[in-house]
Amino acid sequence: MSDILVSEQSAPGADGSGRPSGRLLEVDDLRVEFRTRDGVAKVINGVTYHVDAGETLAVLGESGSGKSVTAQTIMGILDMPPGFVTGGQVRFHGKDMLKMSAEERRRIRGEGIAMIFQDSLSALNPVFTVGFQIAEQFRIRRGMSRADAKKRAIEMLDQVKIPNAKGRFNNFPHQFSGGMRQRAMIAMSLALDPEVLIADEPTTALDVTVQAQIMDLLGELQRERRMGMILITHDLGVVADVADRIAVMYAGRIVEEADVYDLYAKPAHPYTLGLLDSIPRLDEKGQQLRTIKGLPPNLMNIPPGCPFNPRCAMAQPVCREKLPPLLQIGAGRASACHFAEELVNRD
Amino acid sequence: MTENILEVRDLVKHYPVTRGVVFKKTIGHVKAVDGVSFDLKAGETLGVVGESGCGKSTLSRVLMNLEKPTAGSVAFKGQDISKLSGGALRRLRRQIQLVMQDPYTSLNPRMTVGDLVGEPFEIHSEVAPKGSRRDKVKELLDLVGLNPEHINRYPHQFSGGQRQRIGIARALALRPEVIICDEPVSALDVSIQAQVMNLLEKLQREFGLSYVFIAHDLSVVRHLSDRVAVMYLGKIVEIGTEDEIYERPTHPYTQALLSAVPVPDPTLRENKTIIRLSGDVPSPISPPSGCRFRTRCWKAQDICAEQPPLLEIRQGSDHPSACHFAEKREIVATHEV
Repeated sequence: MSDILVSEQSAPGADGSGRPSGRLLEVDDLRVEFRTRDGVAKVINGVTYHVDAGETLAVLGESGSGKSVTAQTIMGILDMPPGFVTGGQVRFHGKDMLKMSAEERRRIRGEGIAMIFQDSLSALNPVFTVGFQIAEQFRIRRGMSRADAKKRAIEMLDQVKIPNAKGRFNNFPHQFSGGMRQRAMIAMSLALDPEVLIADEPTTALDVTVQAQIMDLLGELQRERRMGMILITHDLGVVADVADRIAVMYAGRIVEEADVYDLYAKPAHPYTLGLLDSIPRLDEKGQQLRTIKGLPPNLMNIPPGCPFNPRCAMAQPVCREKLPPLLQIGAGRASACHFAEELVNRD
Repeated sequence: MTENILEVRDLVKHYPVTRGVVFKKTIGHVKAVDGVSFDLKAGETLGVVGESGCGKSTLSRVLMNLEKPTAGSVAFKGQDISKLSGGALRRLRRQIQLVMQDPYTSLNPRMTVGDLVGEPFEIHSEVAPKGSRRDKVKELLDLVGLNPEHINRYPHQFSGGQRQRIGIARALALRPEVIICDEPVSALDVSIQAQVMNLLEKLQREFGLSYVFIAHDLSVVRHLSDRVAVMYLGKIVEIGTEDEIYERPTHPYTQALLSAVPVPDPTLRENKTIIRLSGDVPSPISPPSGCRFRTRCWKAQDICAEQPPLLEIRQGSDHPSACHFAEKREIVATHEV
């Protein structure tokens, strides 16, 4: 356990000492487990990251890495049970949200932190019109009249560039195409002008040309409003286009955190390196792809030592015994690998 | 010149749109595939790319003879497969197999891996006599990188990537000559996707398979394909070698599609021009007149609404493109250092 505590203090987000740090949103040594009939799955095992106003943090990871569960915990929409937060804090403007009352948290949702989801068809309520679902927020949270709320909702639809916003107000979600629905969901999440937007795989279900439109729109709105954005994705291409910083997750931990340029140029964790090597690139006719052997660990039975060690090409005996803490290895860079220095300094 | 193993000519598949329950009335057609022609040579991989709704999955179903085409023909080694029936059709099915997209729903959860992979032998008992089936299945499992000891396990005991391997083993069971891969890696995580792609390549080398590789991920298609066909609203808009399509695309849709693919390299952020397409793909029930892409095209002229452009080689280009104004354009993020 002691090495985990080290990781908390030396993570680049905390920068050592002073707290409160004035950060917008901080996740600090968060731990979540799912207690199921078959056993306890340790889904989040000490995740620390932060996002400031106007910046985009990309949280990169494969299915089961815990990236979405972290977001759900931040939003307070984690299913409990089976989910249990067993440790850590989520601070918004320095205040721990996990200790707040349900009412306080509700006030932050939408106005402080908002979220958009991957699957817009199931995220929108099918029996209410899109316009109603947006206007509802203005009526309940801002106490607007029906007519005013409608006017504001149409403005929102207009802002996310839905053509003929007025005419579309009374459409149901199924009458929208996938891209349009995602726009409607963005309108809904931005209605109360949040300071932080969590985008959980916002374009995964969309075609590339539509994906480009949506990422553009998100970038534009973020710059206009100076929002902090947490972009959760598995797509290394999208990340390279829009992120400022990247946190790579594996088996419920952050294994590497870095500036976007550093991470792609010189990954400091073998997992990141493996990911970058295993994607086919559009601008290169590849030969054999290099792969990461094996499978991600079963979260009910995470291997001792470094959770990545059974798949790691660089694994040494120490990796099977000691969990490498997330240590700072340079300005704004951290890696949870015993051999991070060697990895970065190789040519 | 190698022989063509598949020849597809003017293939059309329309689905009727009906209204009413008792007195059904056809009120239109979904023109899912609307005049598609291409050849597949022995041992090559033809990539088919396009966005959702462009007809690529319908194409795979017609190629498999799971659906009868509305018009046109699919010939396997010169034999029109849509005209076959009974024993002849059954014999032909051995030669063309399918790997499906979703490894979670395409395997029967109540069957063991041994049953799943061995099931093709029930129908085509000439390939493996009853006694040797289990050994055959184990051999197949080994071939696709699964532990042959796991023959009695059920699909839920495997991860997504492993299930896709089961799907591939099943497709290989009858030693087909053509495998149609319909989005075989799109449901998989990046690190697993690479493993499955490498496996597909290895199997192709080993058995001289021909692939029709259908996917929406342009990077994946480039990696595996020798030739690539780009589809839009039921038609092929451009077809050529991997190099011709990715380095010298001439159709505006291909150019837009390629420019929109995010490249995993942040240093290319600034000097990348993305062609923004406005709007969505029109409905395949009533596609635009003339060129189907014209409603989203920045080059559209009057002629585009009047005359559907033919898929042909035009001046200044080395491969067929269905655009009246086909021309080269520097858009692909090249790998200069």
